[in-house]
Amino acid sequence: MTPRRQRMVGTGLVMAGVALAAVLALRAFQENLMFFYSPTDVIAGSAAEGTRFRLGGLVIDGSLRRETGSMEVRFDVTDTENTMTVVYAGVLPDLFREGQGVIANGYLQADGSFRADEVLAKHDEEYMPPEVARMLEERGHPVGSGTAAIEK
Amino acid sequence: MWTWFHKLGSPPHLYRLAGKLAPWLLWIAIVLIAVGTYGGLVLAPPDYQQGDGFRIIYVHAPSAWMSMSIYTVMATASAIGLIWRMKLAFAVAAASAPVGASFTFLALVTGAIWGQPMWGTWWVWDARLTSELILLFVYFGYMGLRAAFSEVQKADRASAVLAIVGVVNLPIIHYSVVWWNTLHQVSTVTKLDNPSISMDMLWPLLVMIVGFNLFYIAILATRVRSEVLGRERNARWVGEALDDLLPENRVTA
Repeated sequence: MTPRRQRMVGTGLVMAGVALAAVLALRAFQENLMFFYSPTDVIAGSAAEGTRFRLGGLVIDGSLRRETGSMEVRFDVTDTENTMTVVYAGVLPDLFREGQGVIANGYLQADGSFRADEVLAKHDEEYMPPEVARMLEERGHPVGSGTAAIEK
Repeated sequence: MWTWFHKLGSPPHLYRLAGKLAPWLLWIAIVLIAVGTYGGLVLAPPDYQQGDGFRIIYVHAPSAWMSMSIYTVMATASAIGLIWRMKLAFAVAAASAPVGASFTFLALVTGAIWGQPMWGTWWVWDARLTSELILLFVYFGYMGLRAAFSEVQKADRASAVLAIVGVVNLPIIHYSVVWWNTLHQVSTVTKLDNPSISMDMLWPLLVMIVGFNLFYIAILATRVRSEVLGRERNARWVGEALDDLLPENRVTA
């Protein structure tokens, strides 16, 4: 083997070794790298009880209810299979809409609802002018349903 | 083909070639970035959800893109330098690092500015944002490691190993939004067959991406020139090149 070839193989081995180490490390931390759990994950018990975690999903159309005389809002979050109710008191972000993806940070309450102290809007990767969105809507293709957000 | 390659490996040739190309590339880049900025800020329609807020994409996405492609250049040049003992490849890698770090910083800052109103937070520790931040730290580590050696050759080799090891982060950044649940949305443009963005919003973005790339190459050419001058400061051709630049300083023999 020429020295050049040796260096080439050496570089290759370093890269392969680092890649292997990265794969093993990422697999070990798979759970911790999940930014949020879906309602199905929560019902299946993936999210530890009594601890804080993030719940992600789509806000169901027409599920947003405001308590009169307080900042508190309730809405239902779904991953199309299971649904959970989120209770939140605070300012909702600009992109919060019914039908859009959200991520709520908080904990499970005894009655099975989710008490959030932070709600983030999850934006999907669709960009279009308002006219196009309106046109799609009229043709019966609802936009901003955030399907991409939920498939991930 | 090989003579061309060998010529590129000759410092005085590269010095002159880079000097000729740099101003042209820079002007084309400035024109493209100006056109892209006008297209993005004025011509493109507002987004149906985000209104005008989405326009930060015209800086954010190209910067994020550059942060990764410059790293690819840096790591490839480092590997070429290590394997073929090509000094100029190390010069390219060393000259790229600060530019790549700047684009990474720009991507992180513009992302945070967009995230505050849209997501409701400046920063979250999701896989995409965290891996991009790690990329910035790898750039810093590369530059710091280089600065720690007084001998250029040692700095070249040690920092090249770091650059090559850091490559593992690139696929993690790119696929983070696919492999894990993240707050960051998945890619819009790379789905080339069917990008999720309308044409009149897409073209300024593509113009910006080409402009950013040319801007990088122009800056790289200039930085490589100064890098080469420093490395070859004892060579005869450097003396001659400097004499051409500063005739009044010519040492009369």
